[in-house]
This record gives sequence, C-alpha cells and structure tokens, in this order.
Amino acid sequence: MSAMITFHQVGKTFPGVVALDGVSFTVAAGEVRALIGENGAGKSTLLKIMAGQYAPDSGELRIDGVAQRFTSPRDSQNAGIAIIHQELQLFPQLSVAENLMLGMLPARAGFVDRAALRARAIAVIERLGEAIDPDMRLGALSIGRRQMVEIGRALLRQAKVIAFDEPTSSLSVRETERLMAIIGDLKASGCAIIYVSHRMDEVYALADSATVLRDGRHVLDLAPVTADDADRLVGAMAGRTISDVYGYRPRAAGPPMVEVAALAGPGVAAPVSLTVARGEILGLFGLVGAGRSELFRLIYGATMPDTGAVRIDGEAVPPGSPRAAIAAGLALCPEDRKEDGIVPLAPLRENLALPWRNLTGATALLRRHEEQTGANELIGRLRIKTAGAETAIGSLSGGNQQKAVIARWLWAGARVLLLDEPTRGIDVGARSEIYELIYRFAEDGGTVLFASSDMAEVLGVADRIAVMREGVLAGIVSRDEATPAGLLRLALPQANQASSNQDTIPA
Amino acid sequence: MTLRTILKRLVPLLTLAVLVGLLSLLVPDFLGLRNLRGLLLSVTLVGTIAATMMLVLAMREVDLSVGSIVALSGVLAAVGMSATGSIALGVLAGLAGGAMVGFVNGVLVAGFKVNSLIVTLAMMEVVRGLAFLASGGESVAIPLQDFYALGSGGVLGLSWPIWSMIGSFAIFGLILKATVFGRNILAIGGNPEAARLAGVPITRVRIIVFTLQGLVAGLAGIILAARITSGQPNTSIGLELAVISACVLGGVSLSGGLATIGGVIVGVFIMGAAQNALNLLNVPTFYQYVVRGGILLLAVVADRLRQDGRLPRIPIRFSKTDRSETQNV
Repeated sequence: MSAMITFHQVGKTFPGVVALDGVSFTVAAGEVRALIGENGAGKSTLLKIMAGQYAPDSGELRIDGVAQRFTSPRDSQNAGIAIIHQELQLFPQLSVAENLMLGMLPARAGFVDRAALRARAIAVIERLGEAIDPDMRLGALSIGRRQMVEIGRALLRQAKVIAFDEPTSSLSVRETERLMAIIGDLKASGCAIIYVSHRMDEVYALADSATVLRDGRHVLDLAPVTADDADRLVGAMAGRTISDVYGYRPRAAGPPMVEVAALAGPGVAAPVSLTVARGEILGLFGLVGAGRSELFRLIYGATMPDTGAVRIDGEAVPPGSPRAAIAAGLALCPEDRKEDGIVPLAPLRENLALPWRNLTGATALLRRHEEQTGANELIGRLRIKTAGAETAIGSLSGGNQQKAVIARWLWAGARVLLLDEPTRGIDVGARSEIYELIYRFAEDGGTVLFASSDMAEVLGVADRIAVMREGVLAGIVSRDEATPAGLLRLALPQANQASSNQDTIPA
Repeated sequence: MTLRTILKRLVPLLTLAVLVGLLSLLVPDFLGLRNLRGLLLSVTLVGTIAATMMLVLAMREVDLSVGSIVALSGVLAAVGMSATGSIALGVLAGLAGGAMVGFVNGVLVAGFKVNSLIVTLAMMEVVRGLAFLASGGESVAIPLQDFYALGSGGVLGLSWPIWSMIGSFAIFGLILKATVFGRNILAIGGNPEAARLAGVPITRVRIIVFTLQGLVAGLAGIILAARITSGQPNTSIGLELAVISACVLGGVSLSGGLATIGGVIVGVFIMGAAQNALNLLNVPTFYQYVVRGGILLLAVVADRLRQDGRLPRIPIRFSKTDRSETQNV
C-alpha cells in the first residue's frame, strides 16, 4: 500500500509548550488509523496542522508523497483533506442541500441553480445511505444526521484523506453504527482515514492500525489493533513517571465540610453526590468535556442546577446565585481566566478587592487605604510579580494572574476553593507556588476541589480523586489506590453505557 | 508618573485648549464674556445628562432614549402644573416619569438580557410618542411664573441650569471614583462575566444605573421646560448623539470599563465650543448636522484606534503608563 498521507518529523512549539515533537506516521489509501492519546497529547495540534490552521515548525506533511505547505484551511481542502470536527461546522439555519454545497453552490448567471443543487444533494445523500430531505433546515436534524451532512460535504469535495475528531461523542448507539458502516465504505473506496477517539471499543472494531501520542511525542505504533492490545495502549497513553514538582504533604482530614447532594444540571447528566472534608484536597479528573467545569459552575451557582443541593457545614447554599455561594464561603477560580476571571484593564488592586468589597457592603464608599494595604500584603505574601498594585492585571503573566485570582478569595475569607484548571498555561515555577498555596489553604482548615485534565497533577496533589466521564461521576479513588491506568479506565467512555442515555435523541 | 502619562492624560484638555485658541482667533466675539456665559448655558443640557451617560457607557451599555425622556418629563411637568397648580407636583411628575422610563430600560436590559442599543432605540420612539400623547401634540404652556426661576434664576452669579450640570458632574464623578457601586460599574464594563462570578450584583447595578440615567434626563427636561416656559413634546431630538459624542470625546470607551469625569467635562466643552463657533459663524443648520455627525465619527474612530494600540493580539499586554492613565485619574 502506498502512503496517502505522511507526517514526517512534524514538530510544533507554542510559548512554553512543546505540542508536537518529531511525530512521524503514514496512512495508506484504504487504511483506517486510530490516533489516540490523553488530553494535551498533541492530537488536536496535529489535526490543526492537517487542516491548514497551524503551520508546523519543523518536519512536513506529504500528500501522495508531495510535500505540502498550507497557508490556509482552503489549501488543505484543495489538497483533498477533510476534517469532521467534534463541534460541527455547519449552518443550522440553512437547508441540508445548501450546507452540503456551501462554498461551491451551483450557479447560473449568478443565481443559485436550485435544480442542480437539489440533484447533487440527493445523489450524495443516497451514497451515504441516509433518508434526509435535502430541503430541510439543517437545525431540525439530530446531531448524528448533521454529522452525515458534514461527511457528505467531504464526499462532494472528493476528499482523499478524512480525519474524524471524536465523531461519536454525541451520537446514539444506532447513529454510531451507521457511522461505522459509512467509514467502512469510505475505506473501501480508497480514502485514507484518521480516526481520533477515546472510545477504545470503536478503535478495536474499526482501525487497521493505531498511533499513540503522549506529551507531543509519538510513543507507540500498532498494526493490527485488537482488544488484546488494550493494556499496551492504555499503558502507552498513561505511562509516565511522576516527577515531584508537586511536593505533596499529607494532612489529617477534619469533619465533613462540603456536601454536594444529587446535583445535576446543564453538562452534568446524572446527579453527583460527594462529600469533602475540612482540610481535604479533592482532585476532579476527566477528559475534555467530561463535565468538570460544569459541575463547578453548578456548585457555585453560576448556572442554575436542575436538581440537588450544596451544603456547607450542614447549611444549604441557595442555588443559582454566585453571591449566595460567596456569602456561604465558596470561591470559584474559573478555567478561562481571561474570559471569566479577571477585569483585564483594571488595576491589580481592583481585581484583588472585588469580592471582598462586595461582600462587605456594595454601597459603601471605597476604603482606599485599607484596600491598598490589603493588596500590598497579598502581593508580598503570594509573591505576585508586578510593578505595583496599580498595574493592570492584564499585563501580568498567566501565573501571576492566577495567583491574584486565588488571592482575592483568601482576602474575601473563602473557606472552600473551587479551582478549575488552576495551572493551565502556567510555567513550572509558578505551578509549584500554586500547589504550595493549595496545601497551605487546606492546612489552615480550608477545603479544596480542584479540577484538572493533567493526570499527573491530579495524582500528585489530591488526597482523593473523583473521576468524571461524559457528565457522570464515574468513581472516587483515594490517593493510595489511584494509578494512572486506573484513572484513565474510569475516564474513558464505555460505549454501551455512555451512549445508551443518548439513544433517546430522535434519529 | 512618567511624562508620557501626564501628556496622555492631558490630551482631551489640550484638544480643548487648541480648539479654544483657534476659535478665539477665527471667530469674532468668541472670547467675549457674554458669549462665554452663553456657551456655558448652552452645554448644561448635554453636560447634566453626560455624567450619567458616562456611567451607562462605562458599563458597556448605551442609552438612546435620553432625548425623548427630556421631552416627556418637560411635558409631564407642564401638564402636571397646569392640572394641579402646584410646582412641586409638576416637578415630581416629571422626575417620576424620567425615572420610570430609566427603570424600564434597566429591567429590559438587565432582567431580560436584551441589547441596550435596541431596547433604548425602541424606548426612544415609545417615549417620544408618550410625550406627544401627554401633550396632545402641542406645546404645553406653564402657567406658574414662579417656576421660570428654575431656568433663569440662580446664586453666586451662576444660573440653576449651570448648577445642575456642576452638581451632576460632582455627584456622578464621585460615585464613579470613590464608591464600591462606581467601581462595580467599571468592573461590569471591563468584564461582565468575571464581575458576576466575583460577586458583583450585576443585575441590580445595571437597573440602578439606567434608572439614574432616566432620573437625571428627567431633571434636565424639567429645567429645560423652565427655561422655555413650556413643555415641548418635540424638543431635544438627536440629543442622545450629542451626549454620547461628548462622552466619547472625553475618552469614555464604548467597549466599557474606562471612564473619567474629567474627560467627560472636557468632552462636553469641546462639543459646546464647536457648536457655539458654528452659530457665531452663521453656518446654516444643515451643515451643522454634518459637522456634529463628523465629530462623533472622529471620536469613535479615535476610541477604536486607542483600543487597537492598547490591545494587540494575544498575549494582551498593557503598558504601566496606560494603566495609571486610564483608571487612576
């Protein structure tokens, strides 16, 4: 078999992170290659290079043996590459036929040629073996059928290389089976397929070969792939030595402090119940989209829960109100600092004082002197690197911004910290300072819930680890029992169970 | 504070100085005491309302209904005084009308999360219509002569309209700078979601700010009615543009989060001086529309450029000087 697409020593570096480090593999015509790895292993970066969104720093991408240099997504499409994304890139308000042919609408004298549009759309839909009305508004279709439309687009463009990025994550069992059949057809017609998925049973069923990425490096190649390879694959994905940047210190846990009782709502499908003790650090692990941030937002009242309650020291926190949560001692440090955490143009002092001010009286005059003293004290204690308290927080480094976001809650007297990805995009030095902050907060009798998609970090810092999978709490393991492979097994979707609750979506 | 900071901070003031210098050379009588007093009086309507518009813009919202509120409250005051013979009841009717409109704006924007541009555009029409309905489409004469003193009387050599503008600048400047409420306004404008998650009561703040805006526009409308001794349903059409222009000229960012009362005061006087000069030079009204619109365009383009200069692509970086200039005045 000749290689349809070749990655040759592809490397890509972002400031502070090596996303891809000399990755090489090929996919032949008629081959389905699974691309697997944990979050942050480099799969998305690889797909974006294929799609022409990023240019590789080193190495090259070849199609049919010819080196490619994409400067735009259009170049990639013209080279015969199609990517079926997790979030579909379609237009719900347009018709199915229009979606299929957008950007290449048949036209006569500048007007859309409706007849030709319809005829071609019907031809493609038939090839997909679907019964979809081409005149229907796309938005009226189920997610699975929309995905079929996206695949139809790839067929119309006569794509030779089709990459699927977690295509089944929101499909029902039946839709997944349809998709598998269609991928089989594509393979038979000579397409090279790259299949990215966390669902191992799909990989075993579908893939001829597998490439495992870890930390941007290409760590394992297997062909063929069968269920017997499960341990090798999971081992390759998870296998890492945990270095001691974490400096974990054991603590005696106190009495129960935070009680989450049957909490469910947007993004958290099944009710979550857990209890966290005073002085305890609970890690919350899960793959991207597992519902960690959503659970935090429900606990904090940033989104209204459908059911359930949160109690602090036995007292129920009124739901759906961050202000009530703050008054009860809760604090959220959101995942997206820039969007949800800071007021970038405002001075560091203003950002630090914001919750404290509003907790102690929203109509009062500013206590300027007290604020300056308080801000300077925190800047010194947490070693926030800044020219001064009046510097705009947006000009500080990510690590210092994160320290400030945590510091504001120490000032406001928070007793429970909800830290969502507190070290994402932060350099190693600042990371260990943030861990130190977490330990000290817990030692002083605070409770920490801390969500991360970095498994090593969760294993390194948490006393207990709760694992979420597709909006469901999959299990809780103690620090001593937790192993990388064990956590990953809990976190990986299990097709039968995971999909069954979505089978009710009308197909 | 660096020299650059000081210079940047002085840009609006220097603009005004250059403008006044040019006008005094080009326009005969511009610097005469009589003309200056007239100029001061002519900016009172815009100036009084600009202080609360500053709060609205700082919150990343906008209020287009102020011109209609001015008309409605003037009419309500005139009708109220005609009907009851009481100055107090008439004034109360005008103020209550303005505050009610502002409150409705606030509830629609904050409670129902509708874009304030559209809400207040619709309310601009609705309120103008109410002003015509309340007046029967005619100007309503005010029979109580004592009330005219609110427009022409005064103390310390300054008339009440001028005092109302000074008071508005002082009160809302202080609120913005020195109260938790004022800083919450800037936090909401700077990043609404972050402010909400940090415990800022964003719905309440938004409703209060819009209500204040309506109340102050109502007050300005009543004072205007006293000056022209009647309630005019068709007065102050296009006033919202002048008010917003003055704020933006004074460095209030249309993307929220940045505002100073000093800038707004200078902006008000730049608008006033330009208008005054056009009048003195006998420029026909039709040209004045073009000039006023042009000034607003210049101001928003300048606002945009300032932001682009300050906000290059990721990572966002701000120089220290920018910081202290923008929020520490």
